[in-house]
Amino acid sequence: MSKIDPLVLAGAKSKGKRPYFLDTDVERLTNIVLVLAQELAVVRERTDTLERLLEQSGVLTRQEIETFTPTKQQADERGAWTQEYLARVFRVLQQEREALQAQEASSEEVADELAKV
Amino acid sequence: MSSLVSDKPKAQPARPYDGPPDYRVVGQHGMYPQLSHDEISRFNFLAHVNRHLSTQIMPGVKEAFDARVEPKFMATQGRGFKDRHEVRKALLKDPMFQWWSALRRATMETRQQAGRWVTLRQADHLNAKAKALTEHDQRLKLKPDLPLPRYVEAIDHHCMPGSYHTELAEGDVTGPCNYDIGIFATTGGMLGRYNDGGGQAIAAWVKEALPDLKPQRILDIGAGLGHNVVPIAQAFPEAEVVAVDVGAPMLRYGLARAKTMGVENITFVQGDVSDLSDLADESFDMIHSCMFLHETSYASMPKIFAETHRLLKPGGIVFHVEQPQYTPEMPLFEQAMRDWDAFYNNEPFWTKMHEVDLDSWMVAAGFAPDKLIHGGVAAVVDPDVFPQAAQDTKQEDYGRKAAWHVVGAVK
Repeated sequence: MSKIDPLVLAGAKSKGKRPYFLDTDVERLTNIVLVLAQELAVVRERTDTLERLLEQSGVLTRQEIETFTPTKQQADERGAWTQEYLARVFRVLQQEREALQAQEASSEEVADELAKV
Repeated sequence: MSSLVSDKPKAQPARPYDGPPDYRVVGQHGMYPQLSHDEISRFNFLAHVNRHLSTQIMPGVKEAFDARVEPKFMATQGRGFKDRHEVRKALLKDPMFQWWSALRRATMETRQQAGRWVTLRQADHLNAKAKALTEHDQRLKLKPDLPLPRYVEAIDHHCMPGSYHTELAEGDVTGPCNYDIGIFATTGGMLGRYNDGGGQAIAAWVKEALPDLKPQRILDIGAGLGHNVVPIAQAFPEAEVVAVDVGAPMLRYGLARAKTMGVENITFVQGDVSDLSDLADESFDMIHSCMFLHETSYASMPKIFAETHRLLKPGGIVFHVEQPQYTPEMPLFEQAMRDWDAFYNNEPFWTKMHEVDLDSWMVAAGFAPDKLIHGGVAAVVDPDVFPQAAQDTKQEDYGRKAAWHVVGAVK
């Protein structure tokens, strides 16, 4: 088993103090909404693929989808997907936690430092 | 001859399509990770968001600047702006700039998470593949105890967690792999199938500007994962190419990636390009960097230029590909917008690098003033599927457009 846990590390914060442009709460929420919009686009595209393939092959009916019930294994797989999904949605809060533990210069401060000959 | 014209009416799009291509046009070299349908959809979405921000939202920043930011400054200060920093600080108070900036930053961070999920979930597989391709290969020369330059250590460039150097496991290549697969999203597909539009442009520029140049040895400084040096190595298949970078993961991935693309004439060397004393004097015919100088520092730049002078054979050529310098002719608004990546996308030296007179720095390093070279290049991509920067008049994505300036010299 890999020691790299993507659920935690995928949303890691990059080094350097994060700038905020809006009220910080508004901007945090904006980040959450952007990812929700992303995942809606993901689902929309997948559904689009599915519908086009079904249309081509004609193997499923809409009624079968409406009455589908998952098995335990299928339900667990869906749950794991939801865990990954929420790690994406709440990435900005993870980075606030990481920022609590770091002493970092801003880009402006580093720019001045790097400009010293 | 049968008719190709169908009688069936076709669904007409509401408007001609002018967005990014589907992600699946990206080239699948041998180090490419497996991407699921959903993971591809995320990159499609992010490419569209970046394109939307640059074509639909960013023009509003200029409109707001003209309509209210500049007039308000003039009214309260009784004068115009002195410099780009005053412009940026005034823009920071305007809602249009604030919202565009907040979304641009959020999109960059979301892109990182999307790419890191892909590479980290298959880290063991990717790292094993890179190991199999590079182990005992003399073209990978690593220096595990090389000190990191402050400009790399201080901040993770372009909000890429772990930057160019971090290894999450032994032999890690997940960082560069994430960089590689996500460039499409960041640029909206502007850099082409293998993210090599810059390198292809360099190769085409050299062949046109210097048709007699037959370089035997080529040096790429700040090569990263080698996406721009591969097309140069392909353009000069007889040449021995050396690609230097400070990040071991980049070099490891770079060699593995190049080999799977059938490119065998590049050696990837770990080094700090301000001190390349392992390389012999006058041993290269051509030295170049591509979008690299802005990630260094004033302390290192003279050393870098001096090293290129030392390493070049007499008659050899050096050149650096960068976004344009801030000259007095460039409007302060444009300068301030170009500074965005410096202050808000972890590219701190961008602002300072772009204000210096690179010609005088080259001359100070020993190059003759009458041997300096200036030019311009735009990304070379497959025009059937990718947007072309040279023809793109719809967006000026300050600092991110795939069109660059060239400054260099003949020794």
